[in-house]
Amino acid sequence: MEITIHSAITFAQIIPERLQVEGPYSPGWTWFGIWLAAVFTLSMYSFLYKDNPVFKFGEHMYVGISVGYYICLTWFNIMRPNLFDKIIGDPGFYWYLVFPGILGVMMLFRFSRSLSWVSRYPLAYYVAAGAGLAIPAIIQAYILAQMHSTFNPLWVSDLTVVELFTQKDVMKEVLVNFFTQIVIFVGVLSVLIYFFFSLEHRGAVGRISQVGIWFLMITFGASFGYTVMARISLLIGRMQFILGDWLGLKLG
Amino acid sequence: MSFYDKLLKIDRRWIYLLVAIAVIVPLLKPLRLPVTLTEPAENIFKKIETLPEGSHVLISVDFAPSSEPELKPMIVALYRHCFAKKLKLVTMTLEAAGAALAEDALSITVNEFNANYRDDLAQKGEEYVLDKYGVLKGADEDYLVKGEDYTYLGYKAGYALVVLGLGDSFTNTFSKDYSGEATSSQPIFKDMKSLSDLDLMIDIASTAAVEMWITYGKERYKFDMGAGCTAVSATQYYPFLNSGQLLGLLGGLKGAAEYEKMIVDAGYWVKPGLATTGMDAQSIVHFLTVVIVIITNFFYLIRKRRAGEKTNF
Repeated sequence: MEITIHSAITFAQIIPERLQVEGPYSPGWTWFGIWLAAVFTLSMYSFLYKDNPVFKFGEHMYVGISVGYYICLTWFNIMRPNLFDKIIGDPGFYWYLVFPGILGVMMLFRFSRSLSWVSRYPLAYYVAAGAGLAIPAIIQAYILAQMHSTFNPLWVSDLTVVELFTQKDVMKEVLVNFFTQIVIFVGVLSVLIYFFFSLEHRGAVGRISQVGIWFLMITFGASFGYTVMARISLLIGRMQFILGDWLGLKLG
Repeated sequence: MSFYDKLLKIDRRWIYLLVAIAVIVPLLKPLRLPVTLTEPAENIFKKIETLPEGSHVLISVDFAPSSEPELKPMIVALYRHCFAKKLKLVTMTLEAAGAALAEDALSITVNEFNANYRDDLAQKGEEYVLDKYGVLKGADEDYLVKGEDYTYLGYKAGYALVVLGLGDSFTNTFSKDYSGEATSSQPIFKDMKSLSDLDLMIDIASTAAVEMWITYGKERYKFDMGAGCTAVSATQYYPFLNSGQLLGLLGGLKGAAEYEKMIVDAGYWVKPGLATTGMDAQSIVHFLTVVIVIITNFFYLIRKRRAGEKTNF
């Protein structure tokens, strides 16, 4: 089935039907929500000038609403459908859910100084089950698979060097792989030696660990670059909202 | 106070102002800087290109509103690509706060495609009738039909346990979809029983969900997997790319812009989305950051030299 992509699709065609009806998604409420979000966004950014009561108000509202929102999410998405609805709806079938429910309640004893020991039992169960699930899976995903990719062959061609010169594309691929594997090998080895503290970092060990420091610094630099990108992306997202959704300016 | 001292102790609010200008101006007056493609992003696009119509794709939307600017354009672009290719798409989330975000992006994209389809019918002079839910009713069906071409399973608590459950059965783990309809009666799950039946899984996440999907899903049930993540966490996924555990990666706003460019270049969509619009601002702020770092370090070194201090690198 073919479909043509049209550039001129009306707002009413795209917005889901539930957004077009009366109620919390009606245009009036959407307008109110946009204004509220814009005012709180600006109150947050006002901190960049200096700390002020508007920022404090926005900050406290954010913390309070987030906690309230997550409590509701936990209740409606986890506690109610997975525990209460099932036990109340069909106690004969779901009677066994009482036990995880009790374990959950035992967790809350952490808030009592004299009875906090009770919470250790569900915690012990949680750690044991988690470890049992995680250990074999993590060994496979993080250790074996990663070790395997570290020990890839340097030379991945059945062709001889002379034959490779006649096939430039294959040669390029082989050489790129060769240097990539060398970099991975040197990087892994030198960083591991940098973190090996049973030997004094002098002589050959010291020089190799210096190479490891360079690898670490390059990694931190790449991470920092990506972090700048992420933070600026958040600012861009907010500005797209302020300029486009709130002020109604045409973007792009 | 010397000129260098004054410059190095400049009020940081001037820098904030510069960054704000560098973001706002290109959003209003775009420079249309080119978006270059990277291999990890292209690999996801190429993988979807190779999938025949009706292939099974799962997209897990594991992020909260705090990561929306970076990751929502990614899922919209991926949805558009999958729908244009007529792949069977299942979406879900392991992040409670992301449930509404995922639903919104999906329903808007579905409505875009169905609106285009109805426009095509109208242009051909074919009459169609919508039922009370706005779904096409009559001789032909809509371009995308819920439960048949796509479904949204919503949120389920449990992270790794959910993934392990999906490895056993989609319909047992999510007995109902997000709108409360039974999944067992949805035709999309006829040939898609569990994770092992997937042709491609893509996790778009702001948390450690990608690693969790690799650990408990990909390694155990052996499906092809790609990922999209916030820029902050992109570097930690490169080892998984190198090991082949991930076939491709979309990193941050740049990754989203790359995907938007690819679906536009391939003719699947008309114009790039919000990520591409934001990339001009992104590039200019990066340039500004580099210039500020160079200038401040330059003056810092000069000031030290004038003070007779030794510079250690």
